[in-house]
Amino acid sequence: MTKQVQQLDRVIIRFAGDSGDGMQLTGDRFTAETAQFGNDLSTLPNFPAEIRAPAGTLPGVSSFQLHFADHDILTPGDAPNVLVAMNPAALKANLGDLPRGADIIANTDEFTKRNLQKVGYAANPLEDESLAEWRVHAVPLTSLTVGALEGFEISKKDAERAKNMFALGLLSWLYNRPTDATVKFLEVKFAKKPDIAKANVAAFQAGWNYGETTESFSVSYEIKPARLAPGVYRNISGNQALAYGLIAASVQSGLPLFLGSYPITPASDILHELSKHKRFGVRTFQAEDEIAGVGAALGAAFGGALGVTTTSGPGVALKAETVGLAVTTELPLIVVDVQRAGPSTGMPTKTEQTDLLMALYGRNGESPVPVVAPATPSDCFHAAIEAARIALKYRTPVMLLSDGYLANGSEPWRVPEVDDLPDISVDFTTEPNGDDGAYLPFKRDPETLARPWAVPGTAGLEHRIGGIEKADGTGNISYDPDNHDKMVRLRQAKIDGIDVPDLEVDDPDGDARVLVLGWGSTYGPIAAAVRRVRKTGAKVAQTHLRHLNPLPANTGDVLRSYDKVLLPEINLGQLALLLRARYLIDVIGYNRVRGLPFKAEELAAVIQDVIDSE
Amino acid sequence: MSSSESLNGKGLALVPRADGPQTMKDFKSDQEVRWCPGCGDYAILAAVQSFLPELGLRRENTVFVSGIGCSSRFPYYLNTYGFHSIHGRAPAIATGLAASRPDLSVWVVTGDGDGLSIGGNHLIHALRRNVNLNILLFNNRIYGLTKGQYSPTSEIGKITKSTPMGSLDKPFNPISLALGAEAGFVARTIDSDRKHLQGVLREAAAHRGTSLVEIYQNCNIFNDNAFEALKDPAVRDDITVKLEHGRPIVFGTGENEKAVRLSPYGGVEVVRRSEVADSEILVHDMHSPDPSLAFALSRLDDPAFEHVPIGIFRSIDRPAYDQLMAEQLEAATAEKGEGRLDALLHGGDTWRIA
Repeated sequence: MTKQVQQLDRVIIRFAGDSGDGMQLTGDRFTAETAQFGNDLSTLPNFPAEIRAPAGTLPGVSSFQLHFADHDILTPGDAPNVLVAMNPAALKANLGDLPRGADIIANTDEFTKRNLQKVGYAANPLEDESLAEWRVHAVPLTSLTVGALEGFEISKKDAERAKNMFALGLLSWLYNRPTDATVKFLEVKFAKKPDIAKANVAAFQAGWNYGETTESFSVSYEIKPARLAPGVYRNISGNQALAYGLIAASVQSGLPLFLGSYPITPASDILHELSKHKRFGVRTFQAEDEIAGVGAALGAAFGGALGVTTTSGPGVALKAETVGLAVTTELPLIVVDVQRAGPSTGMPTKTEQTDLLMALYGRNGESPVPVVAPATPSDCFHAAIEAARIALKYRTPVMLLSDGYLANGSEPWRVPEVDDLPDISVDFTTEPNGDDGAYLPFKRDPETLARPWAVPGTAGLEHRIGGIEKADGTGNISYDPDNHDKMVRLRQAKIDGIDVPDLEVDDPDGDARVLVLGWGSTYGPIAAAVRRVRKTGAKVAQTHLRHLNPLPANTGDVLRSYDKVLLPEINLGQLALLLRARYLIDVIGYNRVRGLPFKAEELAAVIQDVIDSE
Repeated sequence: MSSSESLNGKGLALVPRADGPQTMKDFKSDQEVRWCPGCGDYAILAAVQSFLPELGLRRENTVFVSGIGCSSRFPYYLNTYGFHSIHGRAPAIATGLAASRPDLSVWVVTGDGDGLSIGGNHLIHALRRNVNLNILLFNNRIYGLTKGQYSPTSEIGKITKSTPMGSLDKPFNPISLALGAEAGFVARTIDSDRKHLQGVLREAAAHRGTSLVEIYQNCNIFNDNAFEALKDPAVRDDITVKLEHGRPIVFGTGENEKAVRLSPYGGVEVVRRSEVADSEILVHDMHSPDPSLAFALSRLDDPAFEHVPIGIFRSIDRPAYDQLMAEQLEAATAEKGEGRLDALLHGGDTWRIA
């Protein structure tokens, strides 16, 4: 029989299972197939900090959500249309997010008495009426996989482990995804274990065939490719884009990249990625601690490298003193903070925007640091280049504020042409700049206020720098009160004078009275919410801050030109505090700190409320 | 033989040579030296300034990095490149510099508080990692810049401002600590013996990898005469154990002549010279791959300051981190060719939208 094919414009799928079930891999592969097919997409991996929490329990549930569509989309979606639940815990942990009428594909083999008891189900929800409002597809994924792999030279355990590929095959059939790349991927991944490779490919194909033949699924779906701007695309996560941006900054500046880093969730993947690119002259140094990571990066910067350290909030706290040293020695340095839920250890795998004030002010003394925040996973690439541009041009440490949502989320990225990337090359100082052939390491460029940068190995420019206050010009130790006041103001003026582009406002009709302002990773949910509100005929303007320090010169004017300014943040109002203090504008905050990105629906309701209160 | 091995013993092989002879004056900066009158740091500074010309390196390729403390002002007084950083972090900063610039001769100046207390972690990791650095640890057994609290090398029971009833914690022996971290070059010298000091610095500079040189340094304000026994002509020869490679370890004169031999308990012990046969006397081997004997020697001054070894405890060759790092970059480039940004960005699964 030929099955019906139904057209959809978008779908949200959530794969959920035990930490050991391979849900992240399954999600990644489905994403790759979807990207290759040409849909626009956005992903949200969500996993526990524990590597393997006790099997079958609620804390052990790991999930991967994917939103894909035939048009451009901005978020991983609010609520799934389809939940793949590999066990009772996955069902229980995710059911609350599932709208009535959504599909549930459940692995019946794991709905055993013991597994049901582990999560507090008195009866099997697949067999009573409790799921009547959803469309349940009960599939014995494990036994079907084991059955399909009979005759393979692998253990029963290995056969069972391939159930995620069976599920992937089934979903690939259900949504008409291309499969060649997954087959190739499995062959490469298990190249050293050909039996396992063959078994996984067989399980994947068995899942596809099951969909085609079983009566449990009468319909498959098609989501046409999205009409995106012409170009070459690839799917990219925030951490990978950020790593590529750093490499690009190294190439575009002509300086070798030196990364000093200590492993920390969710930033470690940047270290992993950069360590693969040694042929770009990238040196990655896994330090003994966070302090040594930034110290080594600063030492390399003193030697003329593009010095970078990558971390998350707890690491930034430890690096603060060294960042202050970079501020006062006026050396370029990039500090990447992939923010996560705090305080202290907090929730390491969950996202937050709570490090803004620490990035801006978390050091002793007057210690201004530019702050740049990417808006989307792929924007991490350009934000990294921008951070490097500022660091090198103004000889200053720069904070790059990513977060867990951007780091692990992914989206299609139109690959830029190298010729279109900015030239951020640096001219080291090689000649004396003072009287009688003297070198004055703190004689500033009158326009940028940046100091000259002479690196060791440059004859005649030997000089000493350090953390003690320096005399203007010569850089010699100085405790002179007026000199200190002058130097504090000069360092501040240098950062205040950094060239950042003006805020651009999206206001189609030009007569909205409410502005929604955001910064960093809230861009997608805010933009999606604004679209929803505009569809109802209401008027709302949107703008997004990429530079948090210095703020764009027109920020005050933009904010003042609206009756109301709404500022959603995944913190308790950190940017709102700054804007109120700086511009005396009573910004309306919307603050949730749940470790998760905002939902578009949630923000749309908040925007509507503000409009209605006009 | 890999190139990292071919550099063994050539700590300065990659650093460009000066065009002509240099003098001590070339290495003095124009800054006024601001240590207390009588401080041991003056002697060390003069010894270093007069020793550097001997290396014959381009001045601009020499860098001194320091942390915080009296000793850490050192870079300001040398007309080389210098970085006076923050408390305890000099080894980390110098690691980044030396790992990315093998053409530099990088020196770290630190003290017992800076290097062993707040920066202890960086020190031990620098030693195990073996980046091409020379670490000079000025040990005066006291905190000077904060005005006289006990330090991690102060003897137990030290009465200071912060320990009016005496300090409680057992001190580190910096040599034992460095050997425990399996440092490739470990030596001890003293501020008052310029010839010995410069001899040790010469060997440290020639060693490729991290070298640690503990320098006993007198703080005449807060801990005066801490090492007086090693300086007093009446007793110094009877307690100073000068370690010299390939020579039997004997010290003292006349009736007090003593020798070092293996003890039955796996360590070493000091005995009267007259009571042992020549064949029993331990011959110092600083190149031994096993650090155990060097460690045993480092214990001789513990617990009392009765016999104090100075000289080079250990000098072995092993590949330096910076060179191994450079080799990985070369190997990756040789295997796949130089990185091309365009190819990187277009790598992975891509698709085209027309």
